[in-house]
Amino acid sequence: MNEATHWSIFLNAALINNFVLAYFLGICPFFGVSAKLETAVRMGAAVSFVMLVASVCAYTINLLLDVVGAPYLRIISYILVIASTVQLVEMLIRKLSPATFRAMGIYLPLITTNCAILGLALFQTNRGYGFTQAIAYALGAGAGFALALVLMAGVREKLELANVPGLVKGTVAAMVVAGILSMSFMGFAGLGR
Amino acid sequence: MAATETTSTDEFVKGLWRDNPVFVQVLGMCPALAVSNTAINALTMGLATSFVLLMSGLSVSALKTFIPREARIVCFICIIASFVTAVDYIIQAISLELSRSLGAFIALIVVNCLILGRAEAFASKNKPGRAALDALGMGTGFTAALLAIGVIREVLGNGSLFGIAVLPASFQTWTVMVLPSGGFFAMALWLLIFNRLREPRPRADHRVQESPT
Amino acid sequence: MNVPQRPVEPPTSAWSMYRAIVGIGAMCALLIVAVYELTAAPIRLNQQRFLAAAVAEVLPAARSTQAVAIRDDGRLVPTTDAAELPVLLGYDEADQLLGAAIAAQGMGYQDNIRVLYAYSFAKRAIVGFKVLASKETPGLGDRIETEAHFIANFERLDATPADDGGGLRHAITTVKQGEKTEPWQLDGITGATITSVAIGDILNDSANRWVPVLERDAAGFARAQRSEGP
Repeated sequence: MNEATHWSIFLNAALINNFVLAYFLGICPFFGVSAKLETAVRMGAAVSFVMLVASVCAYTINLLLDVVGAPYLRIISYILVIASTVQLVEMLIRKLSPATFRAMGIYLPLITTNCAILGLALFQTNRGYGFTQAIAYALGAGAGFALALVLMAGVREKLELANVPGLVKGTVAAMVVAGILSMSFMGFAGLGR
Repeated sequence: MAATETTSTDEFVKGLWRDNPVFVQVLGMCPALAVSNTAINALTMGLATSFVLLMSGLSVSALKTFIPREARIVCFICIIASFVTAVDYIIQAISLELSRSLGAFIALIVVNCLILGRAEAFASKNKPGRAALDALGMGTGFTAALLAIGVIREVLGNGSLFGIAVLPASFQTWTVMVLPSGGFFAMALWLLIFNRLREPRPRADHRVQESPT
Repeated sequence: MNVPQRPVEPPTSAWSMYRAIVGIGAMCALLIVAVYELTAAPIRLNQQRFLAAAVAEVLPAARSTQAVAIRDDGRLVPTTDAAELPVLLGYDEADQLLGAAIAAQGMGYQDNIRVLYAYSFAKRAIVGFKVLASKETPGLGDRIETEAHFIANFERLDATPADDGGGLRHAITTVKQGEKTEPWQLDGITGATITSVAIGDILNDSANRWVPVLERDAAGFARAQRSEGP
């Protein structure tokens, strides 16, 4: 059992150990979808939502696996259950609210097997978070991911207008920007206590 | 990337340079950046990923007639996840400290886009022999790329290589290189070098692929 | 040993699909269980060796140890379970109780810090300290492992229990580098303030919980309950 408060868990996941900038989780969508601000916002919302679902799933599976006494099935059951739950949720959203689906639904299948989602599930298990702590962790991680994505998109939109040598344009420039962002996020360290 | 008339050496070599998974295809970036702060971590991660790549490539290729098309992704994920679990336990049995320093990133090999990508694009369409060569090539390319990043970060950030001091003590270490942001900077440097070397070729397009599904 | 799978009563058209999923599920389950069974023993051995090496560092005089836990009613009892934060009593050659090696953790500058420290019954003080796991900033926060004056804190850091048995008499606190005046104060590191304060807090919380119980109950253990090692 972990005794950290919900607020410090949230801050820790969102700022100090930002999933993208400190753990390098979810790098693919981070570079893939951060070219435009609007898509970045939607992607951030979709990831936060999937993280919440995944966190609840992972907590339940972990309880079950503890009862059965089969920790070695953790990785395989996490990935299968999270992937299928998100598919189900996607179908539900499509049925119930087509507008929401159009706004963020197309990203859902993209992020199901994103490393940030499985990473969240594994980290919360490793740290022994309880149910509400896991929720706080998922919310923090989602907020942190969205924040990183939006900041990155903001910088990249400006960068489009700048005169950048052809060799550096694209991924290389994005990497350097991400590195600087990551450095500035280090300033948050120490907030969590 | 379908199997055309290529010799078996091509199958192996393409992963090293032309289709290097990290520097050219920009796949599997998360582990490449996250655990490359020291050379030994990078090497372990590279070898573990190569092992999973090889074993899952062999299995997928051997079972390709047995797996129906509609259910292939779930079967691939099952196979990959099993081998990742196996690797996780094997590393813990070999060295607890190594397993601690890699942490959850060993388990995250499951979602490395590279492995599912190769299973889907190559192993499920080719004979086990070719699939193994392809997996070995990609695995070696991945390991080499990780090592390249890891060496830069450890030498500059720690003044050491594989834990042995290589720079004089008077060298002021660039601490930033072993921090997360150093991963991005080292990666940017290598991408720049690769871009420069590939530039004169006609097909110097820079593909950024997103993770499958 | 079931991998999540679909029901095994298929309509004939989907037969090959179910066959594949169940077949692959069974193969994967077999592989995972086989590897788990094969590696379970070496992994346990590795963990014991890691802990034993850490105990030998903080409590070098100990020749045998006994893991203990606090029961629900607050009594100290011997245990054989592998705890996440183990606490071990250490005994010398003559089976005399020397001290306890206590694992503790808390939030540092970057992430959780896990430490192991030794409590001496004779000195009523913390006499050994080792960082088990930390992700503190290299060159700044990780100086808690290397800085000589900080390590010197743990030659004898006062942790006398309160007379009423409800904690420590003086809380362990971290002070600025060079301003240590009392034996229960931790001389901090300039440039690693938050990390050194975090260490003080981790030690204070853990010692408040363990030291009174250890002082009250540890001496009462019979020899037979002890295991050999490390």
